[in-house]
Parts: sequence; structure tokens; C-alpha cells
Amino acid sequence: MANKMHVKLTLNGQQVEGLAEPRTLLIHFLRENLNVTGPHIGCETSHCGACTVDMNGKSVKSCTVFVAQANGAEVTTVEGLVNPDGSLGVIQEMFREHHGLQCGFCTPGMITRAHRLLQENPRPTEEEVRFGMAGNLCRCTGYQNIVKAILASADMLNAQKEAAE
Amino acid sequence: MIPAGFDYHRPADLASALSILQTHGDEARVIAGGHSLIPMMKLRMAEIAHLVDLQDITDLKGITVGDAEVVIGAMTTQAELIGHDGLAARLPLLREAALQIADPQVRNMGTVGGNVANGDPGNDMPGLMQCLDASYEVVGPDGARMIPAREFYEAAYFTARGDDEILTRIVIPVPAAGTGYAYVKQKRKIGDYATAAAAVLVGKGGASVAMTNLADTPVWSEEASAALAAGDIEGAVAAMLDAIDPQEDMKGPVAFKKHVAAVILRRAIAQAQARAA
Amino acid sequence: MNDQVMSPEQRAANLKGMGCARKRVEDVRFTQGKGRYVDDIKLDGMLFGDFVRSPYAHARVVSVDTSEAMKVPGVVAVLTAQDLAPLGLHWMPTLAGDRQMVLADGKVLFQGQEVAFVVASDRYAAADAVEKVVVEYEELPVVVDPFKALEPDAPVLREDLEGKMTGAHGPRRHHNHIFTWEQGDKDATEAVLAGADVVAEEMVYYHRTHPSPLETCGCVAAMDKVTGKLTLYGTFQAPHAIRTVVSLISGLAEHNIRVISPDIGGGFGNKVGAYSGYVCSVVASIVTGKPVKWVEDRMENLMSTAFARDYWMHGKIAATKEGKITGLWCHTTADHGGFDACADPTKFPAGFMNICTGSYDIPTAYLAVDGVYTNKAPGGVAYRCSFRVTEAAYFIERMIEVLAIKLGMDAAELRRINFIRKDQFPYQSALGWEYDSGDYHTAWEKALNAVGYDALRKEQAQRLEDFKAGKTRKLIGIGLTHFTEIVGAGPVKNCDILGLGMFDSCEIRIHPTGSAIARLGTISQGQGHATTFAQILASEIGIPADNITVEEGDTDTAPYGLGTYGSRSTPVAGAATAMAGRKIRAKAQMIAAWLLEVHDDDVEFDVDRFVVKGAPERFKTMKEIAFAAYNQAIPGLEPGLEAVSYYDPPNMTYPFGAYICVMEIDVDTGVHEVRQFYALDDCGTRINPMVIEGQIHGGATEGYAIAMGQEIAYDDMGNHKSATLMDFFIPTSWETPTYQTDFTVTPSPHHPIGAKGVGESPNVGSVPCFSNAVHDAFRPFGLTQSHMPHDQWRIWKIANDLGLHG
Repeated sequence: MANKMHVKLTLNGQQVEGLAEPRTLLIHFLRENLNVTGPHIGCETSHCGACTVDMNGKSVKSCTVFVAQANGAEVTTVEGLVNPDGSLGVIQEMFREHHGLQCGFCTPGMITRAHRLLQENPRPTEEEVRFGMAGNLCRCTGYQNIVKAILASADMLNAQKEAAE
Repeated sequence: MIPAGFDYHRPADLASALSILQTHGDEARVIAGGHSLIPMMKLRMAEIAHLVDLQDITDLKGITVGDAEVVIGAMTTQAELIGHDGLAARLPLLREAALQIADPQVRNMGTVGGNVANGDPGNDMPGLMQCLDASYEVVGPDGARMIPAREFYEAAYFTARGDDEILTRIVIPVPAAGTGYAYVKQKRKIGDYATAAAAVLVGKGGASVAMTNLADTPVWSEEASAALAAGDIEGAVAAMLDAIDPQEDMKGPVAFKKHVAAVILRRAIAQAQARAA
Repeated sequence: MNDQVMSPEQRAANLKGMGCARKRVEDVRFTQGKGRYVDDIKLDGMLFGDFVRSPYAHARVVSVDTSEAMKVPGVVAVLTAQDLAPLGLHWMPTLAGDRQMVLADGKVLFQGQEVAFVVASDRYAAADAVEKVVVEYEELPVVVDPFKALEPDAPVLREDLEGKMTGAHGPRRHHNHIFTWEQGDKDATEAVLAGADVVAEEMVYYHRTHPSPLETCGCVAAMDKVTGKLTLYGTFQAPHAIRTVVSLISGLAEHNIRVISPDIGGGFGNKVGAYSGYVCSVVASIVTGKPVKWVEDRMENLMSTAFARDYWMHGKIAATKEGKITGLWCHTTADHGGFDACADPTKFPAGFMNICTGSYDIPTAYLAVDGVYTNKAPGGVAYRCSFRVTEAAYFIERMIEVLAIKLGMDAAELRRINFIRKDQFPYQSALGWEYDSGDYHTAWEKALNAVGYDALRKEQAQRLEDFKAGKTRKLIGIGLTHFTEIVGAGPVKNCDILGLGMFDSCEIRIHPTGSAIARLGTISQGQGHATTFAQILASEIGIPADNITVEEGDTDTAPYGLGTYGSRSTPVAGAATAMAGRKIRAKAQMIAAWLLEVHDDDVEFDVDRFVVKGAPERFKTMKEIAFAAYNQAIPGLEPGLEAVSYYDPPNMTYPFGAYICVMEIDVDTGVHEVRQFYALDDCGTRINPMVIEGQIHGGATEGYAIAMGQEIAYDDMGNHKSATLMDFFIPTSWETPTYQTDFTVTPSPHHPIGAKGVGESPNVGSVPCFSNAVHDAFRPFGLTQSHMPHDQWRIWKIANDLGLHG
């Protein structure tokens, strides 16, 4: 059996570290070692996206990343998308506003993915949202309100950006 | 779904990576994005004592777009490939195909090198590379050698690459100006492997046709390509149907796959012809 | 503006009561990753359990060698049936009156069956040890076809039942036969069939599938050896029933067991039953004295816990030549797998399959269901449906289409002339139900008009001509469905599970400052109970929903109830909530009258207060009344303001709906595109329209998946062929259609607030609708029936069999 390795991450802007076997999956390291339980485990075969986190500026499925591969990375989870004052971020608020969640299990992965999607494409069409979110499964909502929430988030984020300029 | 334990290596350069492979022989394996390998390890269908992560080897990254050829570093992700506008201008077929692979998150991790190297018949890039007549550079203890994609695949998960070699770059000749192209894939949903997929290039006097996931290797057919070059579409389809050997699975029975293969190929040809100047 | 001077409309709006699209209170936690699901629970010293599972569908277990597994660092114990037998826990009762092996006792009956339970310090060590358990098997002949299972020389699957010719539901006529359940009048129905102008006959198969919630099943068992108290956290759709079951099978006193359902990541029926993982975790915790967590992975979920459907429904439907239906006959062969682990009320071994006369006035009917054992996983749960209502609705909606073909009639018109009329309610069905209310014709006309039905048929006819002329390779299918559900189980007089009556409950405490907590016997798995039950209560007692906490799922605090499935929460617990609220209001009325110094009968309720009749300026708000309840000595009244209601519904409720789907089908590839999907639902009184719409979207998407590709498939050796999300179809946002929702409102006459329940309607209604669209596209070429799922190759095969590939 391999020895444990020293793992360092920048997680939601904070330096964190821990000991883990290299085979530890990033999702388990986050959830078990660091008690960051927002990202969930749904399928374990990289189909459902419930474990989606942002790693080095890209959406990835943390069930299919060894913690050894992630060592040194910058990782953002849904917990990191809350405003500094503790209030819900825009996408989180829009998911609530448009009923973009029911059981809530896919929601952290959805919101984390939507966050990155709107950085990659700040003004997506409905079709682009559906294509860009296709790595995340939801069993409750039928996606219609998730798509609506993301389009509304784009509008709101763009309006905020314009107001700031 | 928990993988067995392994020792992890993250070499900073190719020489170190090769030396680790030398030291551990077939107990060692390289990992690129890991989206084929890690699921196999989680199912304990692959047990690896030494995992060699190539992510820090900068020589394996990057895309160079030349007039005559395009060179893609093996560690280039599908997302990087899709996002490269210069590449899309020169070789639009690559972006068209890559967008039909997996889903956004998987494309962020999955690499072109990994997709072509592991020999999974379900992967899209191998057939595409055969269509484009790409070559793979592999580097081993005896130095580098080039292997044409059309000679690389021996059987499912068996390729011409030696266990002590690393696939480093993919070199693709740029098709003549005005060459029409298409990648058409039928699948059940986003994230699925192809039920049938066809890569087609067709231009003045030349053509190339390859298909994916219809045999235990990708299928590039010289006869089909020649027939299409001569303008004989049904000849090309017939030649391709001779060359493929689909198996029944949850996607459907053999007769269905053969029929769909022909339909998809015709559609790809039509689209490529429409795009040819 | 304060509550003393606001208008009644403003005050009502402030309550955010029934009818309001109130934002969900749950979402503040869920959107920032602060939900607490079972796998988020972490207790000191917690161990992890993992199963060794059978690779064979039918085999004798010759030996289990755990010695190498015990050497894996971190391994604490490996349990086998031998370890459980002295405790009598190697078998457990199922919800259907059968019993099921907890760990393989001498043989295995399906691939993926639990053979040994490894307990280790973490999930990695447990997984390593699972690999080290050596099991010797001797393969036995496999039966995966329920018809072959009933052949005289079929292998004996359940050796434990050999010689027992009476089961939980009456006589067994064969070693692999579980029960026969008959409803209606066989002789009269056969006489109608014999004398009918027209009889259409068809075998309608509703394939095996799986609820597959995004969160799999799991639990954490924590035995406190000091207090003797067991706390069991888990993904339980029925926490109170689980407590009783655990008590009955373990011998632990029920007051020493606390069951907690934390947040649940979707259930859809998968989380109703009791699984080996729960029993093994409890035993392991008792043995080790440490908390033990077990969470299945996706493959385990799809292979071993609670499948749904798998009904072979042979139907005959009789009609006059004008199309008036005169009789319906159905014989169903139900594949239950290795153990009968259906979750149905005791007296209904085939659930409410006898709602299969659907929305139609069918005077004579007969239903027989044969339950059969095969070498497949046990289950037969209601996947977003009320106990086999999905199967019933699919059956009748297919039979209507088959009859329409036989009669050469338009299927919309055939439905129209056979609907139960509005004036026939309450309606006694030939198979024994009393439908509470409905207005099917109104819903139907609204639906047909909304989609422009006549124009669609014209477009379809034109497309057909173009197809025949070689101008296109795509056909249009128009899928129609009018479904009637039976939900809200149910009256205790005929509905129980393991003897537990299917009432439900609500307990309300009003706090002195005028806020409240309500606790219920149900448990949300995404339905938003914390939001909607507060709305019911807000309207009933005049306290703003925002000031009401709703709590469920902790058996130490919540009143006893049978849980959430079968669309029963609103019909039963929602009614209990209203009734408990009315008890609060009755006491509040007395307090208000005393405070206002008038007789009880001289005050009346007005939104959020009691006012003196004829003197609206004299009133006491509920807030003032709550304070007085605790702080004033009121003659003849106990202090406090609390109430509890255990509601036993007088009848089921009967939601209904009209769905229409327009589908484009590529005959060469089998690829389809849903161009339009219109869903009209009538769930009676609507509590939160936003939540209702969300339920329709979600249920229709599940229906889409089931109809168009989702299946649990086995090969002839009993190997599971769809155990990952690669092959088990769950559509992404890309494939999923968009939905137009609509409604009519026909309240339930017997429900305190007229609500009927809605969560399952869209699954029940959409499956036949999608399926009928596929069939309709090929009707002109002679197709009458083709089994689901309608994935690409099966649609291609329809076209191929009909000669459409030239």
C-alpha cells in the first residue's frame, strides 16, 4: 500500500492541506478530509456531474480526479460562490428565484458548473446553456427551470457589470 | 467504486517520465486526463502499481498551426483544442468532432493524446486521425519514432505503442484548400460513445473516410476512400460496410448498427461535399 | 404599514398561504452546499461498510473465506449469513409479506446480491477487503423470463418456500409463483368479450426500470452502548415505518430506536423499502460499538435496490362498432425478481393496478395478476407513482389506441365518447374504486385546442404523403393521453403496510410570539414540504408561512406517519395539517372571544385574526391570541396553543390530466425529436403553482427517459446490462424536451382543502403519451404495438419490420 502524501490546495481562496493516499479521489478528499460537503457523489463514473468543482479555472468532475493530480491546484466549490457577506451569490439566488432545484443534490454541481459557463460565455443562448450544462444530470427538475435560472443569472451579472463600468 | 492503491509520480520532463517507465516496466502506466483510465481503475479492471502523471511536462502541451501541418501536443485537452481559433480555421473538422465528445467537464480533463493512445474503440479521435492521415510521435528509450494513425490500432486497447513509450505529439497534414469535411456521430445522449460516427474529407480528386465504434479498432477504408474520390458514394458505403464489424450491445443489434453506419456515412459525405469548394 | 391597518388583501398576501408561488425555504441551504444528506454525516469513530456481491444470478454459495480480508489494514469485521443467523437477522421481512436474505444464505438469486459485509476504518480499506473475500460458487440454471419461470420443469428458485403452497397473498400454484390477485367479474367480462361487436387484443409490456435518484441509498447506524439507544440515519422515505420494522426484526424496543431521515437527494420510490445495507449497518454498529456508515454506489443502486415495473399486461378491450367500450379484460404477469419486495399496501399485492379502467366509463372489467419469481433483483416499487398506477395508466392508454386502430377511429374522439362524465362523479368503477371528482371532457377539449389538434393531424397527413412520395424520411407522431390516478393511500380500513395503517399526521405548536412549528409524519425528498405545508397552515391559522418552521424525518420528535411516496403527502399529511390547524383555530376562537368579551359564536375568522361579527374594528390578531394563550389565565381553557391531527382519509384522491406530445421520427436512424409536449394537470386545489410546475417538469422528464430509453436489462445468464449511467438512460439538459404546462381545477370533495396531489401525475401521464406518439407515427403503416423503451434501435426496428427501409 502506498504511503500517504502531503496535499496542498487553494480551496475557495484559502490555503488548505492534508494527508491522503494518492489514490484518494478529489471528491473524497474534499468531503472527508476537508469537510467540504457541497459537492456530492452521484454516479462515480463521470456522468452525473454532482461532484463538479472548479479546478484551475475549469469545471471538472472531482470523482474522476485523484487528489495527487489535484495537488497544488486552485479549487472552488459551491461554498466558495457565496458573497463575502454570507448572502447568496447571483446564480444561487437565481436558482432559488426560478425554482431551479428540488431535492438539492445536483444543485452544488449545477451552480458550480453554471458559474464557469457564464465566465466562458457571459451571454449564452438557451441552446448554449443546454449544451454547456449537459455534463450535469438532474433527476427532479427536468432542467427547464435550471436553464431559466442560468439565463436570468447571465442577465443579472451583465447588468451588474455594466453598472460597475 | 474505489481504485486500488498505487505510487504516484509527477515527473517534470519527458526523460524522467521515460526513466520511471523503464524502472517499473509493465507495473507503470502514464496518466493524462485520466477519464478513460480512472474509471477502469475504480472498477478494478486496471490495477497499476506506479502511475506516472504527465501534467507537468510542458513539452507535451500546445498547438502549432503551420501551413502544411498542424502539431498537437499529446496533453492538449479537448477543450483547449475546441478553444483554439487558429486550429479551427485551418482544420475545422477537429473542433466539429471534439464538440461531440463527452461533456464540458470531461473535455476539460480529457486529452487528445489520451484519446488516441489508449486504443478504446469507442473514442472518436482515432478514426478522425486516420481520416486525416495523422501520425503519432512516440518517444521511448531508443528515441522518437513516428507511427501513422492508420497503422497504430491493432485491437481493442492494443496499439503499436510499446509499454515503455510515451505518445508525445500528433502531426496532422493540412488538407488541400477547398477540401470538404464532416464529422457526423449518432449517439443516445451527450456523454455517450458513438452508435456510429463517420469522419469524411473530400476534395478535388481525393477523399478519406473513417468510422468509429463499429469494430474493435477505428476503421479507415482505403477502398471506401478511393470510391468516394472517384465520386462513387454507394461504392464508398458498400466498401465501408465490408470493412466494419460491429457487435451487439445496449446501443442495438448488429443489423441496426450496420444500417445506421451506412446512413451516417452518407450524411457525412453529403455534408462534406456541400462544404467542398 | 402594520397589521392593524392593512386591507384584508394585503394581510392575505402577507401570509404567503395557499395559491402563492412562494420561494422555497429549503433553497437557501441547498444552493450554497449546506444541505445535510446521509453521506455528509460524520460521527466520531465512524466505520464504513461495503458489500461483497454475487457475480452470478443463480448459484449455490459453497463457501465464504474472509481470512485474507480480515488481514487488510483497517478491517474490523466481515459479516456473513452465518454471523447473522444466531441473531435471526440473516433474513428480513419485505414490505410485501415475503422475506429476503440479508446476506446470501446458501445460495444467491440475482446478480449483485449481498454475500458478505466488510466493516473497516474507511471506505478505501473496506473496498480493498471486499476484493479479498473469497467466495466459492456453484452455478445453477438461470431464469430471467417470468413465463419460463412458470413452466413445470423450471428451476426452483426459492428453496426456502418449497412445499409452502400458500403465500402472503393466497395460494401458490407453482414453485416460482408468488400470488394471483383477481379483481372484477371474470365471467361477466368474458361474456361481454364473447358478444362484442369489436374486441382488440394486445400484449402490452411495461419494461423493468429503476427510480435511480441522484443520491443513492445509504445509512449511518450508531448504537450507543451506554444508553442502549440506536440512532439510525438514512435515506428513508418512511422513517417511522423503518423504526417499527427495525424494532420488530432486531428486538430492540421501539423507544430505544431513533430514526432520522436527513435531507434526501430524491427518492422516487427507491427509498421506501428496507435493504440489507441497513440491517448490516445496524448489526455492525451493535457488534463494534461504533457508528457504521453504508452508502451504495451507482452500480449497486441499479443492480440491487428496488427496481420498478416489469409488468407483462395481456389485454382485451370490447366495444360497440360506434366505439362505446363495453368491457376490459387484463391478465398481468408480474416479474418480481428473487424476492417479492414490492412496496404495496398489504391487501394490494399488485398495488392499485385495478385503476386500469382509467378515465373511461367501462361497465364490466376483470383483472388478474400473477406474481412470479425470477433471477433478477427484488423490488417492484412505485417509481414516482402510486403503487402500479403507472402500469395501469400505460395499459389502458395503449389499449385505447389499439382499439382506435381496430375501429378505424381517431383516438381523441374514442376517448371523448368514453370518458366518465362530470355528472357521474362520485363514480364507481367496475374494478372497485370510487372516483371522487373529475371533469375530463373540459380538460380534454382545453388540451386539444391548446395544441391545435386538427391542424396537427392535417400536418401529419401531409408529412405522410411527403414521406410516401420520397420527399422526407421523417414521420410525425401525435401522442395522446388522458390519465386518472389514484393517490393518497389511504384509508386505514383498506390500506396498510406490514399492518401499519396508512394515516398520516401533523403536530403544531404555536409559540407565544405568534410563530409556529409544525411536525409531520412525512419526509420531503425534494418536494418542498417545508415550503408548501407552511402555506397550508398559513391559510388555515393566519400566521405567515415565513413564521412557520416545518420539520419532518426525526422519529423522536415528529408524530407517527407512513411517509412520503404514492403522492400521499398532500392528500394525507396535507389534510392532517389542515385539520390540526383547524383545531388551533377553534381554540384561538375561544381565546379571542374571551379577550373581546363576547360569546364564542360572535367572533369570526378573517385571514389572520378573529373579528367581532358586525364590528370589524374589534378584533384580535392570531399573534395577540398566541400571546394570550400562554400568558393569560383564561377560565375553562388550558394554557398553550397546540394541536395534533392523525388523519385517516375517507377515500383516495383521483388527480387526472390530459397530455399531448408531438414527435418527429427519423425512420432511418431511429432518432426522435420531441417538438412539443403539452401537459394539463388537474390536481384539485393548487397550493404552490411554482412547485406544481416544477413537479410536472421533473416527472415528465422521468417519463421521457422511461419511454425513450431507460431500462434495467439482463442477458439470458442474468447478467445486468445497464448498471452505469452510460447505459442506463438519464437524459441531460440537451436531450430533455421543454414542456408547456396548463391546468384545470376540480377539487377533491372529501379533502379538507380540496387538494389531490400532483408529484406523480407527470410520470404516470407522460410515459403513455411519449409511447403513443411513437406508435402513432407508424400507425398508417400497420403498427399496433411495440414495446418500450423506444430507444433508437427499437424505433429503427419498427420501421425495418414495416418495410420502410426499402
